[in-house]
Amino acid sequence: MDEGLRSELSKQGVFTTTLEDLYNWGRKNSVWPLGFGLACCAIEMIAASMARWDLARFGAEVFRPSPRQADLMIVAGTVTKKMAPQVVRLYNQMPEPKYVIAMGACAISGGPFKQGYNVLKGIDRYLPVDVHIPGCPPRPEALLHAFMTLQRKIDEQALTGAQRPRHLVAEAPSEFPVPEFGAHDLVPPANPEIWQPPEVVRGE
Amino acid sequence: METLDQIKARVEAAFPGASVEIVPNAGVGGQRSLLVDHAHALDVARFLREDPALRLDYASNVTGVDWLDAVIKEKRKVKQVIAGVEREIEETTERRRPGYLEVVYHLYSMELKHGPLVLRLRTANRADNARVPSLTPVWRAAEFQEREAYDLYGIIFDGHPDLRRILMWDEFRDFPMRKDYVEPDDYEYEPTPHDDVLAKAKRHYQP
Ligand code: SF4
Repeated sequence: MDEGLRSELSKQGVFTTTLEDLYNWGRKNSVWPLGFGLACCAIEMIAASMARWDLARFGAEVFRPSPRQADLMIVAGTVTKKMAPQVVRLYNQMPEPKYVIAMGACAISGGPFKQGYNVLKGIDRYLPVDVHIPGCPPRPEALLHAFMTLQRKIDEQALTGAQRPRHLVAEAPSEFPVPEFGAHDLVPPANPEIWQPPEVVRGE
Repeated sequence: METLDQIKARVEAAFPGASVEIVPNAGVGGQRSLLVDHAHALDVARFLREDPALRLDYASNVTGVDWLDAVIKEKRKVKQVIAGVEREIEETTERRRPGYLEVVYHLYSMELKHGPLVLRLRTANRADNARVPSLTPVWRAAEFQEREAYDLYGIIFDGHPDLRRILMWDEFRDFPMRKDYVEPDDYEYEPTPHDDVLAKAKRHYQP
């Protein structure tokens, strides 16, 4: 619908919208995070959900204790290699549509423990991450910003066409392979379908 | 608390045949420790806990140390007659020390409010005989920490009630805190690599 016509109609007290806008408006304002934290960053996530920062203003105050009832995974903290399969399994148990926020240096890259023998170098090796937040730990404001970024991302999704979100593509995966414990490392060390080591391109 | 030399003398008197050694410490703190042989380790540990003057009832920390094979150079001064004149010259001797693993216990007394006393046990080598007696029967607090030493250093504690890995998964085969541990090669780009990371970066990204 033409923008001018729409605003003209709203002046007359007629509210018009599209199914897509309505659908995305509903989705973006009712995101239910999974109540789980892995390390120090989780404390900031908890702070963000409490009265002072009040995540409820963005419609995401209901932290669910079960992955079956959640649609946002905030990976808040250090993902150890021993924990990584469980994190992927939790993600697999969440119903679509679902999103992942990787919160903090640890979750996005291994952070201060990157060279450690038992720390995963970023959860994006196994899960499709929607928003990355740097920081050690990121302040609650940063989490709110990530949240608003995610909301904008949801809002902009077209429901039809090639760019439609994953949960509307029948053949797109909603589960990702759970890595296994190997003799020296996780097997495989990353999911090549969704993660490749970054290419370094040097300028002349 | 008594001095380490006094404790050593009393332990030796209580257990004839026990080999108790004082390990010197060249560091700033100069904290010396007691090295005990395997056969008498449990007896000595019980003695340290029960003795009314010591009552070391709290094992606050158990850790492992990895000592690789090393060549130890020792310098001493010897007198020699050179061309009829007696002179003092320095002589260097080299000694090969086979590697071993070591367990270090830090003991305190809650009752008498003193400590720490540092107790050490050494394995025969780093490979097929990395065993020491477990002191968990004496200090219950050592249980998880001995498991950790087993997990990360591969020290086997004989007599431990439940010797399983505690931090790494059960299928893991390496001992990551050993100095010769080779980590899996999952390097990814670092903006400011240095030291070991720089060496790895060079292997992955040829200039
Ligand atoms: S990024 Fe920093 S604050 Fe967050 S889990 Fe890692 S170490 Fe803790």
